[in-house]
Amino acid sequence: MAHGSGGKLAHELIEKTFLGALSNPLLARLDDSAVLDCKGRLAFTTDSYVVKPIFFPGGDIGRLAVCGTVNDLAMSGAVPLYLSLAFIIEEGLLRDDLNRILASIQATSREADVQIVTGDTKVVDRGSADRLFINTAGLGLIPDGVDISGSNARPGDKVILSGTIGDHGIAVLSQREGLSFSTALGSDCAPLNGLVAEMIRASQRIHALRDPTRGGLATTLNEIAAQSKVSIRIEEEKIPVRDEVRGACEMLGLDPLYVANEGKLVAMVAPGDAEVVLARMRRNAYGREASIIGEVQPDHPGRVVMKTRIGASRIVDMLVGDPLPRIC
Amino acid sequence: MKFVDEFRSSELAQRLVHSIRHHSTRRARFMEFCGGHTVTIMKHGIRQLLPSTIEMLSGPGCPVCVTDNADLDKAIALARVPRVILTTFGDMLKVPGSRASLQEARAAGADVRIVYSTLDALQIARDNPARPVVFLGIGFETTAPTVAASVLQADQEGVHNYHVLSLHKLCPPVIKTLLDSGEVRLHGLICPGHVSAVIGSNAWEFISRDYGIPCVVSGFEPLDVLQCVHMLVSQVERSESRVEIAYRRGVRPEGNRRALELMDRVFEACPARWRGMGSVPATGLRFREAYRRFDAESAFDFDPGPTLEPKGCICGEVLRAVRTPRDCQLFGKACTPASPVGPCMVSSEGSCAAYYLYGGVE
Repeated sequence: MAHGSGGKLAHELIEKTFLGALSNPLLARLDDSAVLDCKGRLAFTTDSYVVKPIFFPGGDIGRLAVCGTVNDLAMSGAVPLYLSLAFIIEEGLLRDDLNRILASIQATSREADVQIVTGDTKVVDRGSADRLFINTAGLGLIPDGVDISGSNARPGDKVILSGTIGDHGIAVLSQREGLSFSTALGSDCAPLNGLVAEMIRASQRIHALRDPTRGGLATTLNEIAAQSKVSIRIEEEKIPVRDEVRGACEMLGLDPLYVANEGKLVAMVAPGDAEVVLARMRRNAYGREASIIGEVQPDHPGRVVMKTRIGASRIVDMLVGDPLPRIC
Repeated sequence: MKFVDEFRSSELAQRLVHSIRHHSTRRARFMEFCGGHTVTIMKHGIRQLLPSTIEMLSGPGCPVCVTDNADLDKAIALARVPRVILTTFGDMLKVPGSRASLQEARAAGADVRIVYSTLDALQIARDNPARPVVFLGIGFETTAPTVAASVLQADQEGVHNYHVLSLHKLCPPVIKTLLDSGEVRLHGLICPGHVSAVIGSNAWEFISRDYGIPCVVSGFEPLDVLQCVHMLVSQVERSESRVEIAYRRGVRPEGNRRALELMDRVFEACPARWRGMGSVPATGLRFREAYRRFDAESAFDFDPGPTLEPKGCICGEVLRAVRTPRDCQLFGKACTPASPVGPCMVSSEGSCAAYYLYGGVE
């Protein structure tokens, strides 16, 4: 417990472990707050990460925290610059595990080209947290002329999905206690700001962007349809799903449309620019499997409809409650 | 062969739909017995593709849905017995009993754990030798053999703290009861695929023979169901009634002898309460004398309290196929998957949930 009490041991933890891994000039000053120079329209976001288990195929809670925050900023068209990280550590977390997570945070923030400029650590009694919780905040600058929002989708826009759905949710589920099934699948957890920057360079007419995290693609599309007061029509056949994800979903009675992603985005793009944006996306490592999956329409505001593989149509609703695996 | 994509091909589906439309001239009412089929039909929009001559009814084949409130209350009361660990499949968790659900009991301190197989439940019993572990045995002939296997395994290993609340139900005799009631007239039955994998397609012979109703066993992919409807239409048009299998990769006429044997060694038929139908003779399974010590019902003292039925809920009638979810005044208003009133809105295989989630765009 002594590591959390603010005394000498806490200093040691901060200086050795955290600064060692995350050092940059702004953080190294160790003042009570970071002082930043920014001019322009700011995007500001916060999120908390409580994923279980903290290490999963393709990522860990640290990478997830950086990517999640960076992606939230990127989805409003902002260039992510600065992050804060606050750790709530359950007593007994192994120093090696913490070091692994910090190394992963450093690698991911370097990849995303953002700086961790302020942070905090608390250690709580065993049972008061589950190994490690991370809270973040993020600041980004929105370039002039960029106006991207979940309420800006317009009839006629093409719906572009950046890749396969469900990878993260199934990768994490495969590691849960009592449900371990083996799969070669990894989480898609990735920072998408580079991809978004290239998309914005390709077109000024990207109207809405969002990353379909919890609740999956279905929930994200419903949010955009409701906010923009439009309907969205998608085609089941156009939505890429990995065989491993489809197999696991069939087995567990889940629908990939509702399974979480951590490295995917959907974009509503003016029809004339859709092909250009798509081509640019496919050149980026995180957009190789991008495809146009549907279209925005004016009728029935708030509704998402999917053309099924066999040629019928059905409503795609928001996720309601937690999906629970079935009996038979 | 991936066993998924092949059965969702849009080209083959179009061909089947075209052929069904071409052949169907007589009005026919088909029932899909199984909730899994209801979900396939709604999720892929199959009804929209069928000609107006064909009417589809959803049957009582959702084990969660047909479980009576009195039995649910027993499970919840058992979960509240001090030191008991109640293990259950996930879909039972949110089903409201007379006063609470298992989820609410868990929030109030009961030790309720979700398992994915009866063997997981048995493992929990091995890991906690000082605590009684109860498995909530809900399901049809598909599930019962796996429960029987866990009991035999526990018996062999001498795991004395493992118990089962057997609320299992049998499918063929309940169909007979439905047909005998005269409430629904059917021209074809889509027989459950997984149940038939265990009991065999021969188990449905009496329906085609005694009631003159064509029966086709179907799998759960959209092409399986379309193929099944196609076969039913062919029989109707030729005025035939036979049992056929449209799910040969899973079902044989004689079924799975080994599974049937296990089930028969541990259980015997008994009356069972069905939601909306009351007590139906020989449609349940109870422990045979030799294994009765595994029976949770006799192993513990518990009081499920008086049974209450939710006001306005028509799940019972929906399960008997005399009304549809949309006939219910609670549907989509007071009763949604987020705050369900009746079980058909909770279970992933419930008709109400399927109608609500996949709504259908006509």
